Amino acid sequence: MTDDSRESPPIRLRDITLTLGGRVILENLNLELPAGKVTAVMGPSGAGKTTVLRLVTGQLKPDAGEVWIGDDRVDQLDARALNRLRRRMGVLLQNGALLTDLTCFDNVALPLREHTDLPESLIRRLVLLKLQTVGLRGAAKMYPRELSGGMNRRVATARAMALDPDVMLYDEPFAGLDPISLGVSLRLIRDISQALDTTSVVITHDVGEVRHFADHCCIISDRKIVAQGPPDELAGSDHALVQQFLKGLADGPVPFHYPAPGLAEDLLEPRQ
Amino acid sequence: MSDPGAKGPALLSPLRELGRAVLFLATALAHMRLTRLQIAETLRQIYFAGVRSLVIIVTCGFFVGLVLTLQTYDTLTRFGAGDAVSTVLALSLFRELGPVLTAILFAGRAGTSITAEIGLMRATEQLDALELMAIDPLERIVQPRLIGGLIAVPALVLVFNMTALLGGVVFAVALMGVDPGTFWGNMQNTVELGRDFGHGMLKAVAFGAIAAWLAVYHGWSARPTSEGVALATTQTVITTAIAVLILDFVLSAFML
Amino acid sequence: MKSSHQIELTAGLFLLLAVAALIFLAVQATDRGVVADGGYQVTAHFTNIGGLKTRAKVTMGGVTIGTVESIGLNLETFEAEVVLQIADRYSDLPEDTSASILTSGILGDQYVGLEPGGSPEPLRDGDRIMLTNSAVVLEQLISRYLFNTENEEE
Repeated sequence: MTDDSRESPPIRLRDITLTLGGRVILENLNLELPAGKVTAVMGPSGAGKTTVLRLVTGQLKPDAGEVWIGDDRVDQLDARALNRLRRRMGVLLQNGALLTDLTCFDNVALPLREHTDLPESLIRRLVLLKLQTVGLRGAAKMYPRELSGGMNRRVATARAMALDPDVMLYDEPFAGLDPISLGVSLRLIRDISQALDTTSVVITHDVGEVRHFADHCCIISDRKIVAQGPPDELAGSDHALVQQFLKGLADGPVPFHYPAPGLAEDLLEPRQ
Repeated sequence: MSDPGAKGPALLSPLRELGRAVLFLATALAHMRLTRLQIAETLRQIYFAGVRSLVIIVTCGFFVGLVLTLQTYDTLTRFGAGDAVSTVLALSLFRELGPVLTAILFAGRAGTSITAEIGLMRATEQLDALELMAIDPLERIVQPRLIGGLIAVPALVLVFNMTALLGGVVFAVALMGVDPGTFWGNMQNTVELGRDFGHGMLKAVAFGAIAAWLAVYHGWSARPTSEGVALATTQTVITTAIAVLILDFVLSAFML
Repeated sequence: MKSSHQIELTAGLFLLLAVAALIFLAVQATDRGVVADGGYQVTAHFTNIGGLKTRAKVTMGGVTIGTVESIGLNLETFEAEVVLQIADRYSDLPEDTSASILTSGILGDQYVGLEPGGSPEPLRDGDRIMLTNSAVVLEQLISRYLFNTENEEE
């Protein structure tokens, strides 16, 4: 892999429109994820955050618009080129998605064994170093089912970084973690971003922690980006949805009530 | 699979499913690399599919041999042809019961296991993770299981036939007092290596291919939920049984 | 969970077991393809082959040495032409060997029994057996018997 431009690439989504299962998920969406920085992608459930991730990885193709990672136009790559691109990306899926029939060691070693010709002794050292970064070198011989969910994710992070990627994508890395594990994850994301000089994208709900790890934020709602900028800038925004989201208000642009006929009618008349 | 209420679509839906399954098989076998990793993984799958099925195959084989000999001997002695029992046993086993029963037992034991495994991998995003690491899940997960099943089933058929014959020997010779020389001698005189045994093994290979293919297909196309996986495992058993029995008839007709 | 060494070992043993089963079955439970080792063909013409079928045995002195390969009808002589496939190891049969269609047991299957002649010349691939005895057809036997007894009574 003699790629000379091994600096982290910026990620751009331009005029993206995407329909899935008859529903328009994203419409004319524009998003800039700056190079070398950690960006948090936030928004209400079902807004399309994971969809954005899938566009960046090339798992989904937009109906209209362009997806760029650096100089590569992701949505138009053929299978080979897409594979080459993916080797420069590390993806952490929710729950880690480690292969259950392999040990933690073998899981982290998998991309190294598949995509490099390095001798086993060197791979061994690399794997142990990666596991050391996430604090789980001692668990190398254990199987994923023997570890907690948080530890699974850490091993999966080590696996995602195995090939020293330029881009790191995290799909809801903080979901369901206790405060300590949460702190660990935050630290890891920042450390990796700095050590490997990656462009990092973190899909998250965790508004409270955002300012601790993100250089840049954006909020997706209603098929578009409703706000973009550094965390402090967002906090000062007077957009109704941004305020509801950041403050966790029960009712607002995202309604509390599921659509239903009027209450008085429902109570007075027998339901058919 | 298909909605039993609808008439028109009910015929098309299984056809479409069959088409999908065939396309899946073609794609899965498309790029085969002979690397050490692949061979090691295939051996592992032979272990899981074959070795783990041994218990049920040996047990069922033995009792099938025992009961088949019991029934045949009882019937044949009414015609004074008790000595033919070994021939009837061997012919029924080699040509029909060995391959068919082994394939169906395999589907129940190893086939469902494979289906559930792949279905769960999909549900827990492991297959997605592989794709995102630029590793082809068809190559890494599906191929070894396909080839493993293809090798394991004929091997299991051989073991089934052998244990069933032993079951027959136990009944006929040990219990009924049939002379062992007559038992084996009659069998050797009538059972042809190429025709009876060979054709049976051909069936075994064909059925192995079907069982392995359907097991991985149903796992791969399962909906990524617990109900989806459960449904997929039952479909593996049902479709394998039906396919094997239909193919059995077709092959038998051709081979005779 | 077993180590990969153990798994590979067990898988290897399993395949070994399968091969052992194959050998056992092939040797112990089949005819080992007695006539599968090639062979040569000779023809024999019969006026009546009775119930002889293809794949029926060809024996000499009670020992199976081949099978009936095919049965046809010669449209000029209206005789049945039977092609016999004989295993290579029985290749020195005298060329005046005779062939008869016999029944095994009383109601058994029919087979071709060969009786050796005395000629020093051997039968070769493509030769024809000249001396043949057709099958005994039960109805003809009975009607001949009846006819003869009728004659005697007169």
